Amino acid sequence: MQHDPSRTSYYVGDHFYQSLVDSYADWQTDDAEITDPDLRDTCRMLLEKEARLLDRNKLDDWLTLYVPECLYWVPATPHGGDPRTEIAVCFDDRRRIEDRIYRLQNEFAWSQRPLSRTARLITNISAFSTKDPDTLMVRSTFLTNEFQAGDKRNYTGWYGHKIGFIDGGWKILVKQVNLIDCDQNLRNLSIIL
Amino acid sequence: MTPDDSFTSGVTRPAATQFNFNELIFEDRVHQCIYTEEAIFREEMRKVFGGVWVYLAHESQIPKNDDFVASKLGLRPIIVVRDSTGRIRALYNRCTHRGSTVCRQQQGSAKSFSCPYHGWSYFNSGKISGVPWPDGYADDFSDPKYNLAQVPRVQSYRGFIFGTLNPDMPPLKDYLGGVKKPLDEWLDRHPGGKLTFCDANRLKFNGNWKLLYDNSADGYHVIFSHRSLLAMENRLNEGDDEDKGMSYYKSSPDKAPFYVKVFENGHHYKDKRPAVDTSPGGLWAIEGPHPGMEHYEEIIREKLGDKAGSVLDIASSEPVNINIFPNLHILGNHVQVSQPVSLTETDTTWWGTAVIDDEDELHGCVDAVNALRMRTQESFPNFGELDDLMNFEQIQTGLAGVEDEWVYMHRGLGIPGRIKRDTDGYLIGPPTDEVFLRETMQVYKRLMMNEPNLVIEREIEATPD
Ligand code: FES
Ligand SMILES: [Fe+2]
Repeated sequence: MQHDPSRTSYYVGDHFYQSLVDSYADWQTDDAEITDPDLRDTCRMLLEKEARLLDRNKLDDWLTLYVPECLYWVPATPHGGDPRTEIAVCFDDRRRIEDRIYRLQNEFAWSQRPLSRTARLITNISAFSTKDPDTLMVRSTFLTNEFQAGDKRNYTGWYGHKIGFIDGGWKILVKQVNLIDCDQNLRNLSIIL
Repeated sequence: MTPDDSFTSGVTRPAATQFNFNELIFEDRVHQCIYTEEAIFREEMRKVFGGVWVYLAHESQIPKNDDFVASKLGLRPIIVVRDSTGRIRALYNRCTHRGSTVCRQQQGSAKSFSCPYHGWSYFNSGKISGVPWPDGYADDFSDPKYNLAQVPRVQSYRGFIFGTLNPDMPPLKDYLGGVKKPLDEWLDRHPGGKLTFCDANRLKFNGNWKLLYDNSADGYHVIFSHRSLLAMENRLNEGDDEDKGMSYYKSSPDKAPFYVKVFENGHHYKDKRPAVDTSPGGLWAIEGPHPGMEHYEEIIREKLGDKAGSVLDIASSEPVNINIFPNLHILGNHVQVSQPVSLTETDTTWWGTAVIDDEDELHGCVDAVNALRMRTQESFPNFGELDDLMNFEQIQTGLAGVEDEWVYMHRGLGIPGRIKRDTDGYLIGPPTDEVFLRETMQVYKRLMMNEPNLVIEREIEATPD
């Protein structure tokens, strides 16, 4: 039976968690690093497009970069941890990320009134092959600057994107956001990183 | 005003403030300066954080002998250790020599702590174990004055570790008083009556620590402050139903069958269970959407049939708020700890809890239940608490209008028959009533008007009380 992941969450189960932990275990090896400039450029453009859409607050368009059964994951431990037994800063499946967007667009989400303005820098992008030729892992370093209600702050760390080649294009399967201060108390992290 | 005699050596320090709390705290209102005056904050760090039992850590963070976890008692850096003999101690993380911290890790295991500055070392009991090149001292370091200072009274209640510097405090279980009952009930709904910490959602806000405590049993703010959360949790409902999450606060919560109860010493309790169906599966039915929810529910129902409802309830938020003055809140499945950082900065850490099922009371479903609990617990800190914290920050901002002096908390005051007493003598009010806040302010006022006798301990063998 087909389930709509925007309405129900059947895909986040033991198999999903296990393959998540496995695919984020040991992927940044020199052997797997991709040198083909075209492919690297494709990855770079995907990440830059994502940053652009988030900075422009085009959240619905941003979500079209993701597969239906996607994940937005901000671990609370520097090594990622096992989300089955650990709380994460954010662990959003498709429905929850749509919840998050819904709330951000709701005029009564006080933590985002006024809305933040953001300017994201992404750099040090490197892509890595996996056992599946249609799946890549991409590492990048980010600095997200946020201005809200007279206050300027930033978040920094590195992203681990898992992307897949689907219907002739690359889509994001998982975005892991590794904040350098993920295990510290953070003030008003309302924006999508 | 009493002189400030917080220096145990007898060194005198001039009284910190000349504020008269009789002029600041009334039954219906408090003065804004209790949230905005630096001198009052400094006094609170002694009279409240030090003067009463303060939550420090949970035993599941230090399961084995020699385990330690960093904490704070007010602003004092503390290492909570289970020493090599198994005794739980709260050591000052402060080298006796010239004051450096001796432990700079958040958590770990160590038989001793060695100061990075000049290498003085201490057993995890706090006893000094040696100093480099001792022949340079005319002293043999046998005097306990060289041991690490420690919190003289450290006691646990069912895994929750508290400490106080005040010898005049009653034992912890008496300090907790009536709040032990809801705490027991909250623990006992889990297999073996036990839980373990499993990391946390860590938040902070630019506001005074009391703003968070003031809100902790506030049923008045829910549908306004959390309007976006309630809308979000109910956006996928069939038809016009709006029954997920805290929807029981909608329309006229004061006519609904739940209540706020006030215990002694500033503790209070919001019991929302009477407003929800607590038959097996009832709590699960009002959970908003969570990652993996349908998948694990299907597995648990297939496996357990009729028994599934009560197992799924363990993955659901318990609809209570249990507030233990001054820094511990138990709500849903969370253990929320607040930590003053400065007058206008407060950390609040939402520890997640996982179930331990030694006796297989969950019929082989404990891993599924915990996988669900992780996701159910991430929801409120992400989609609810952020709005609360923004409102606390905006109170702090608003209070800068210092000529507008009063903050009102008189909802429910003076209405005959509105506030009742239960058979134990505790006050009970409708869910949106501010009675809990008024009562806590009276406790706070008493604390602030008396200089407690705060002491530290250095004798390693001193009997635990
Ligand atoms: S300050 Fe610790 S050894 Fe000197
Ligand atoms: Fe709230």
